[in-house]
Order: sequence, then structure tokens, then C-alpha cells
Amino acid sequence: MLPFFRRHFADYGMLLVLLLLCGFFSYATWTAQTPTGPEAARGVAREIVRTAGKNARVLIAVRQHPEDALFATALEQTLTAAGATVVETVQGEPRAARAALQRAAAAGPLHAIACNAATASWLVWPDAAADFPALGQPRVFAPATSRWPTFLNGDNLLNIANQIAVIAILAIGMTLVIITGGIDLSVGSLIALSAVLSALLIRDCAGAADATALGMILACAGGIVACGLAGAFSGGLVTVFGIPPFIATLGMMLVGNGLAYLLARGQSIYQVPQSFTWLGRDADLGGLPNAVLLMLGLYLAAHILMARTRLGRHLYAVGGNREAARLSGVPVKRVLLFAYIVAGLLAGLGGVVMASQLKSGSPTYGQMYELYVIAAVVVGGTSLSGGEGKMFGTLIGAFIIAVIQNGMNLTGVESYTQKVVLGLVIIAAVLLDRLKRHGWRGE
Amino acid sequence: MPPLLEMRAIAKAFPGVRALRGVDLTLHAGEVLALLGENGAGKSTLIKILCGAHRPDSGSIRLAGAEAAIRSPHDARRAGVAVIHQEFNLVPALSAAENIFLGRECTRAGFIAHGEQRRRAAELFARIGVAIDPGALCRDLTVAQQQVVEIARALADDARILVLDEPTAALSHHEVERLFTIIRDLQTHGIGVIYISHRLDEIFTLCDRIAVLRDGANVGECPVAGTTREQLIRLMVGRELTEEFPPRATRPGATRLAVRGLRRGRAVRDVSFEVRRGEVLALTGLVGAGRTETLRLIFGADARDAGEILLDGAPLRIRSPRDAIAAGIGLLTEDRKGQGLVLIHSVLENFALPNLDRFSRLGFVRGATERREFAEMTRSLRIKVSGPAQRARDLSGGNQQKVVLAKWLAKNCEVLLFDEPTRGVDVGAKFEIYTLINQLAAEGKAIVMVSSELPEVLGMADRILVLHEGRLTGEIADARTATQEQIMQLAVA
Repeated sequence: MLPFFRRHFADYGMLLVLLLLCGFFSYATWTAQTPTGPEAARGVAREIVRTAGKNARVLIAVRQHPEDALFATALEQTLTAAGATVVETVQGEPRAARAALQRAAAAGPLHAIACNAATASWLVWPDAAADFPALGQPRVFAPATSRWPTFLNGDNLLNIANQIAVIAILAIGMTLVIITGGIDLSVGSLIALSAVLSALLIRDCAGAADATALGMILACAGGIVACGLAGAFSGGLVTVFGIPPFIATLGMMLVGNGLAYLLARGQSIYQVPQSFTWLGRDADLGGLPNAVLLMLGLYLAAHILMARTRLGRHLYAVGGNREAARLSGVPVKRVLLFAYIVAGLLAGLGGVVMASQLKSGSPTYGQMYELYVIAAVVVGGTSLSGGEGKMFGTLIGAFIIAVIQNGMNLTGVESYTQKVVLGLVIIAAVLLDRLKRHGWRGE
Repeated sequence: MPPLLEMRAIAKAFPGVRALRGVDLTLHAGEVLALLGENGAGKSTLIKILCGAHRPDSGSIRLAGAEAAIRSPHDARRAGVAVIHQEFNLVPALSAAENIFLGRECTRAGFIAHGEQRRRAAELFARIGVAIDPGALCRDLTVAQQQVVEIARALADDARILVLDEPTAALSHHEVERLFTIIRDLQTHGIGVIYISHRLDEIFTLCDRIAVLRDGANVGECPVAGTTREQLIRLMVGRELTEEFPPRATRPGATRLAVRGLRRGRAVRDVSFEVRRGEVLALTGLVGAGRTETLRLIFGADARDAGEILLDGAPLRIRSPRDAIAAGIGLLTEDRKGQGLVLIHSVLENFALPNLDRFSRLGFVRGATERREFAEMTRSLRIKVSGPAQRARDLSGGNQQKVVLAKWLAKNCEVLLFDEPTRGVDVGAKFEIYTLINQLAAEGKAIVMVSSELPEVLGMADRILVLHEGRLTGEIADARTATQEQIMQLAVA
């Protein structure tokens, strides 16, 4: 058991950094949480029935607000279902509440006043018993507040995962390429190319806003395959002509970016059906967003590829020592080509996810993303010199970046400062990893 | 007069290893001291301490009688210690003169005085007695010339102590002779030389005194005169080696591999030969004679201009190492670290690399199969590893070579090409590798071995081919009756 932990701790030391960050932001966002909505209403109703009995007469008071209205409706339904009598539901100001109390007093005693967090503090309630003796002694009920970090709210955590999905998906391909000892700078602009091309195909070939699911799938496949071809082109330059990956993909970055603008004529393409957002915004399975599920599935597949298959071994070997790999019979060129094609395809897929999240395709998407993607891979412990790296390390790296961004948003750090902090954290994370591996002297 | 260098009770421990346990070393002016020991005996650590790359845990270093604190390579250089490593410390894109004065350039008003540097470099070369153009880029120089540049740099630094680590590993016979002349000349100028080599012959020719290390401690020190090879070997390995080469009893069978008219540029010109089943064929000659190049052409590592390769009489289509491996040919490269192993990966992954086709089903690697075969192989080859996850770079030279060998044995190669199979391997492991080669031959495999060490060629081969400048210049059909002189005559033809 202990060696198991020790090994995985060494492999995924960045997990500790991620957990520390989560801990820090939990601490920093530790505030009073007031539940709202139907769930909170049902809690209040239960409390009323428990203390005031099934035949309680209840006044509901909320503000003039859509969210409050939802709360009030749920409360009324639950109380009525439990057998209690809702004498009136007030939506408005304290003045209206006072009038309602007066009307209720005319009808008989009142057992409970159901409020939400905002209306519970109204000054009319403490005076009610004195002003209207006919009411008896009505008690004020409001949702129980609790102290809990905003950062750790389920919605926020899902939001983090959803926000990082595109970068994390791209980072899979980047990890492959970096493990082979290369780099792919073109993935950011391939996001834009894929998003624009997919949206364009939906608008012009699949029937714009009336496109069918099949039409949209084919259009997106078109965008993804185009990016795969771009990856194959970069990979071809690297393997056949021996052009350094940095240069080959730098060229492809400009080509991809320019093509996206040309195809879109510099405009954003938004003529897509509402259902196009299924991939990017919906959550079909157990509340997990579809994009997050897709990301997790891809990571699992990539992990199996790298850890269990012959091709994975070949990828590591080519990055670890290309000549030794070649002399051991590894088809070096095919392996390299595979890595660049996968990086291209995944960049295309990332573009489709992004277009779906934003319900349009624009050539401005994905700018600078290649740098965030490389940062995620490197923070995740993959060596830029090749031959070493783990898929789940990259996932952790992507989450570290996402958590920092999200945490700073929650704590109100302005966006320029955020960049400075993010940059420093990336440097610190990599430094920490290096110290762990090589010690202080860098031997 | 106090000795040039006195190292006393030097101890150094690394995590898990006590590399040095109180080693003494004394070097006098004008002396060539041989530092001997198996791999892992502590020679490299001791030298690294002397040149400031490591700091000792305890012990003292005195230079010419005065306590010296060597804390960095810079300190060592200033104290007059120069170390010439097996891998040279030269910048390939700079000229010989620039390399000699790297870090302490001759300047005039803040600018490098190139003319002055070249003149002084030329003086140094003249003093050493070698003609090298000071303006030539180091990458255009031969290995031997680069070595001379390193020596010139030591002289320019006014080094009093010169450490040579395996200086002859990449030199031809000729060049070794010239190096020895240079060293003897340095000796007369009062420079003390520490000479590290696995080649005992050289030590007997060149050195005055021998210090032997074993397991991080001194085990003996003796003058060369009056010491025998056998005594030295016994000191190093701590056990009796009755002879350096295991006995051979093989009867070569039918022709296995045939090479016809192999050609590549000026490196390999019209080379043809055959190897039979169960035969060990040695390919020898001076460095640069085309031996390694010939092996690489057979293996498909380089493209050939012309030539045919036949296995059992049938021509093979070899255009890449993959083709060669598929045909049952394996190559143990001379550069084990650069070409034979992925050093940052585990020994298991290295072992499995050419065998993944066999170890996997539907593209998935079957971990149990590869681990079982690896365990069998480590047992039968007696590879010392802490486990399958140990990184290849953490093994000693001999064990690394055995891992490379294991790769090809598991592949069941019928033809094995060995390029300098015992380079940088200690005496004990050498013997084991020789035994293995004999065993493979006895199993009927065809073996082509390239070696620069003539005793190895004579001790191991059934038949010897000699190359000179890319051409076959001779064949010695019965290696048992051959002599070193005979081979050398063909090699310099």
C-alpha cells in the first residue's frame, strides 16, 4: 500500500499542488451561503410543519423578484400538500406585508410567517404580535444559512471543469507531441479554423438554424478532419523534410489563423441551431457537462494508449532516444506523424466544443491557447526534452491553471494581475517539479 | 620535494552507495600513474572530486604540499588540474584556437585578439609536435586531433596535473602511439599524469606506477616494473581469472549471411564477405577504416549506394533497421548510450522495445509476458538490476551492454552484429560477454564482431577480416595462428 502511494505521489506530485490551491481558494472564499430556490423552500416548509403542526396557517413573504417567485411557489405547493393553509403570499415591500398581516388578523390566528433570507429581517415581523393581537404569536421561518466556501460549490466545480475542457482536450495531443520531443504551436489557431469551418458548413451546407443532428455531426467532422490534415502537414514537414517542429508548426499556426479569417470573412458565424449547444452547455449524465465527460473519456483513452499499448511505448522511445528507437526497429516517422495528426484532430475537436459553448464560430477563438496548453503539459510534469510524461499529469496541470483562474475570479482579482500570478505559478510549479527530481544543485 | 598531488582518506557517499571509503592517491611530478579498477570501483568519483565536480564528504587534498580547497571546476583549473574526459569538452562550432582559450581569451581592449590566440595555439601544437590548423573548426577535426586540442588547452592553462580518462578508446593504433609520445614529452616537463584505461597493454607500455581501486577503497599500489598482467587482473576483480578469454570449440556450418559489393561513398568501398553458422567473424582495422559503417549498412541504419545482402543464399531487401530486424539481424552499436539504449527509460522498456510485436496482442502490451521474459533474461545473462523499473542510465557499462544484448537475444536474432562489444566494460563483465558470444556461436548463430582491441580479436574470432580505408585488405582464415603484427600490417596497408 505504502509503495503504491509513494510511486503515485512521485508521478503526480503536482496533484499536491492542485490540492493546496483548492485548499487555499476554499479558505479565501469561505462565506455565509444562503440557499435559494425550490430546495430551500421545501426545507422551510418541512420546518414549519414540524414545529407548527399540519394545520398551520402560514403567510409567505418574498420580494418582487423572479428567483423569489420560484421560492414562493415551491413553498406554497409543499405546504399545501402537507395540509397547511397558506393564507396569503406577499410579493413586494414591507408595506405590503403589513397590509397582509392586517388582512390575516381579520381571518384568525397565524402560526407561521415563511420568509427567505432577504425578507426574514423585515422590521414588521417583531411588531406583528403587538400590532395585531388577533394573530397570536406567529413565528418567522427562513432557510437556514450555513458557512461554506463558494469555491467548493458544486456549480463552481463543474464550471471549472467546463471552462478548462477545451484546453485539456488540446493538451492530450500536445502531451503526445512533447513526449516525442517536439512541440505544436498551431493548435490554438486550429481551434479557430475548426470552429469557423464547422459553423460555416452548418450554415451553408446543413441548413443553418434548421440543421439536423446528423448534419451538424458531419459539419463538425469536416472541421475536425481539416485540422487533422493540418496536423498531418506539420508532421510531414517534421518527418520527411526534417524541419524543426517549432518552425513547422509556427508556420501552420499562421496558416490556420489566416484561413479561419478568410473562411469567415472576418465575421463571427452564428447561424446555427439552438441544439448546437448540446455538446458545450448541456449536462445529460449525472449532472456532468457533456464537454467534461468527453474530456474525461479522452483522457482515459489516452492514458491507456500511453501506458498499455505498443504505440505508446514507441512514442516514449522516439522521444527518449530517437536513434536508439530507430535502431530497435521503431517506425519513427510513422510514430511522429501519428502524434502530430492526433494533436491536429484534438485541436479540431476542441474548436467544435468551443463553438458549441459559444453557439457560434469565430476566427478570434483560441488565441494564445497553445501557450496555455503547453503550460498545462509542462506543469503536469512532462519534460520538454521528450521521453517522459504522464497523461493524468497533464490533466492535473490543466486543472491547476483552471483553478487559479477561477479562484482569482471569485476573490475579485483583476484580469491583468491574474496573468501575472498565473505566469508566476506556472514557473513555480515547474521549478518545484525540477527540484523534486534533480535536487537544489540541479545535478 | 613534496609530491605534486596528495589525496588523503577521501570519502564520498551518494544516496544508497558509498562510492569512496577513504581513498589515498599520490602523484609525483613527471610520473605517469595508472588508475585501475572495475567499473564502479570509484575511479570516476575520485577524478570528479579532483576536478571539482563533486565535493568529498571528508578527506584532504594537498597540491605540492599545500592544502588545497577545490570547490568547483574553476578552482581545479586554477590549481593546475586538467581532466580530459572520454567525451571531449569542446565546442564543435568554434576553432581549435578558440577552444583552447575558451573562458580565458586573449583580449586587446576588450576584444578577442584572434591573431594572438592563433599564434599561441600554433606554438602549443608545435610544442606537442602535431600539425593542426589553429583556425580549423573543432567539428572538422578527427577524434585524435580533438584530443590534442584538449591537451593543448591543459598546457595553455599551465596544468601540472593531467588526468586522461580512457584516452585511447576512440583512437587507432597509430594515434595511440602518437599520444604516448606526447605524454612522455609532458612527463619530461615535470607534469604528472593520471592515466585511466581498461587496456592493460597500454598501462604496461606507458605507466610508471599503478594504483588499483576496488569497491571504493585502495587495494594495491605497485610499480609497473615487476608486475604481471595476472597480478593486476587479480587485484582489480579480486578473483583468479585463469585466462582472459573463455575456451572456444565451434565448428562453423553453412554460409548464413553473405555481403556482396557493399558500397557507401568513401567510407565503404566494395566490401564482400560471408559469415557461416556458428562462426565468429572479426572485422578489424584502424578507426575510420569503415568497420562500423559496414555493420550499419548491413543493418540498414544507413542507405547503401550499392551491394547485396543475402541470408541463406536469398537476397534480402533491407532499407531500414526494421527490415533488418524482421530478417533476424541484430546490431549492438558501439555507442551504447547514444544509440543502443533509451537511458531515461527503464531497463524493462529498453529490453522490450524491439520485441513489442511479440509481447503485445492487438496493440496492447502484455505486461506479464514481457516481465517474465525479462526476468528469465536477467537470470541467464546475470544482469545486475534492482528491478525491471530501474533506469538504464543507472546501470554500469557492463550491465548496460547486457541489456542491449538481451534485447536481441529475446528477438531471437540469427545474425548478430557486435560493434565494440566490450568498450567501457570492466574485466569481469568482459569475460561474461565473451562467454555469451561463444555460447551464441555454439547455438549456430552467425556473429560479426568489430573490435579495436587486437587481443580481443585474436582471442575471440574464428576468422579475421581487415579493413583499410573502406576496403578489405586481408583475411586471416585461422585466427588461432594469427599475430597482432600480422593484423597491424594489413590494417596500415
